[in-house]
Amino acid sequence: MSSPLLEAAGVKAAYGQVNVLHGVDFSVNEGEVVVILGANGAGKTTTLRSISAMRLVTVEGSIKVAGTETVGKNPADVVRMGVAHVPQGRGTFPELSVEDNLHSGAYVVKDRSQIHKDIDRYFDMFPVLRERRDQLAGSLSGGEQQMLAVSRALMSRPRLLLLDEPSLGLAPLIVEQLFETLAEINRDTGMTMLVVEQNAQLALSIADRAYVLEAGQIVLSGEAEAMKTDEAVRQAYLGY
Amino acid sequence: MDFDLLTSPELLLARIFDGLNAGAVYALVAVALVLIFKATTLINFAQGEMAMFGAFLAYIGWSEWGLPMWIAVVVAMILSALGAAAIERTLIRPFDPSDHLPLVIVTLGLLLIIGAVAGMIWKFDPRPFPELFPSGSAFRLGIANLRWYTVFTLAAAVAMMALLQFLLSRTKIGLAFRAVSSNLESSELVGIRVGPTLQFGWALAAAAGTFGAVIFVADPVRQIEPSIMLSVLIFASAAAALGGLDSLWGALVGGLIVGQVQTLLVNVFTFIPNEMALAAAVFVLLVVLVAKPSGLFGTARVERV
Ligand SMILES: Nc1ncnc2c1ncn2[C@@H]1O[C@H](COP(=O)(O)OP(=O)(O)OP(=O)(O)O)[C@@H](O)[C@H]1O
Ligand SMILES: [Mg+2]
Repeated sequence: MSSPLLEAAGVKAAYGQVNVLHGVDFSVNEGEVVVILGANGAGKTTTLRSISAMRLVTVEGSIKVAGTETVGKNPADVVRMGVAHVPQGRGTFPELSVEDNLHSGAYVVKDRSQIHKDIDRYFDMFPVLRERRDQLAGSLSGGEQQMLAVSRALMSRPRLLLLDEPSLGLAPLIVEQLFETLAEINRDTGMTMLVVEQNAQLALSIADRAYVLEAGQIVLSGEAEAMKTDEAVRQAYLGY
Repeated sequence: MDFDLLTSPELLLARIFDGLNAGAVYALVAVALVLIFKATTLINFAQGEMAMFGAFLAYIGWSEWGLPMWIAVVVAMILSALGAAAIERTLIRPFDPSDHLPLVIVTLGLLLIIGAVAGMIWKFDPRPFPELFPSGSAFRLGIANLRWYTVFTLAAAVAMMALLQFLLSRTKIGLAFRAVSSNLESSELVGIRVGPTLQFGWALAAAAGTFGAVIFVADPVRQIEPSIMLSVLIFASAAAALGGLDSLWGALVGGLIVGQVQTLLVNVFTFIPNEMALAAAVFVLLVVLVAKPSGLFGTARVERV
């Protein structure tokens, strides 16, 4: 079997002196959707930040994307390895228009016709963004911003999409739509996704595999299907 | 109070032309200030001193290296851009770009150092600067005299503004500038290399500042010396703030307004001594900012949480 697209081994992460991840191992295969579950403060966001080599965190260990180490690089390098990251809290550019936000997502893309085609595609997918294309992103509703954040990440046509709690603050109906869209993109393009989610039930429904993170350690991993139905797992970790 | 001004159109026109002359210069420098703010999200207190230094380089190029004046100006703009890029790399980049206080202190330090170095090299005796524009008047009505210098300065300010506006709104580097000043972390997550982007912003702003300073000292009524930019920088800052700090058009209009306010104020309200023109202009600025904190043309920050 070929090696995984994302492979993390012995990852420790810290904010200054505060250690948050205490040596985690995980991997995501090409074409898979993998979800990371866990309580507040477990270190899920920190895990994604470590992959993206964000400046906030100091990382030890090894994180490889398609065989290339991301530890010690900077986020702009990691983007060029084919990783796109929708951060927790969306991270759109509030002072830029919706359309400019999408253009920024394609910052590493050279092909202009591809950029315009993709903008059109996401306007079709989220028609409200087309209506608001000239509006400043900061004036969008929370749900609209989330759609924008996801579309912006997709603009770079990533091999690996990192999503940090995409359902946060969205109405249940919108959440379902968003997850359907993500599942569709995964099915149609084979895009690999690593999703952090509080809404375990929904996340497991589109995932192939899952990891459960607790206090900076992986305490459980397995097939999404099996996790969903395992009574003990549900009660201990998933809380429903 | 002197209301002659309001009853004699000729006198009024003369004052308006005076104001336009001052305002055009403020506008030019204010546009450069807004540029660095937009490109680097920083108020660079050394901007005026860097521009003064750049103008001196042009002067040296012309007087000592024997370059034709306009070539000397271009060379000086390139040298200032390179110098600013080096300053960014060595003195600015080591600091966390999201933490503004240490950076502001660095730019204050730069202000003092550049001023002192220029004082050491060129001393404080004023030297005549060659004229860049035709002398004489473009339009005259009695005592009202609109000089070619004013017309060209205004044209230069508009041209520079249009060029920078194009750069910011239509080019990829412009998008990067705007993204970095909107959200630093997200900029990196879309692949923007923040360091080199800010470095280019410094270089560009330094070249623009040098251009502004050269035109300022090219007024035949002025001579070049190391403290030349200090007062104009205060008026230009007032103009930039009035226009909204993040609006290039605002800087242009703000410059013209500050120029008019400054000359009309001291001429209508004659009890305001000339020395107080600066304070009076700042007062007007404060009134505007209290009424409209984002300036006349600035974008009010919008953000939903
Ligand atoms: N910028 C930071 N500086 C210092 N400590 C941080 C920072 N961000 C997170 N932490 C700490 O790291 C730990 C893990 O945080 P993280 O954000 O990774 O959790 P999470 O699993 O994403 O939680 P949530 O579900 O609430 O988003 C927490 O104890 C938190 O206090
Ligand atoms: Mg989190």
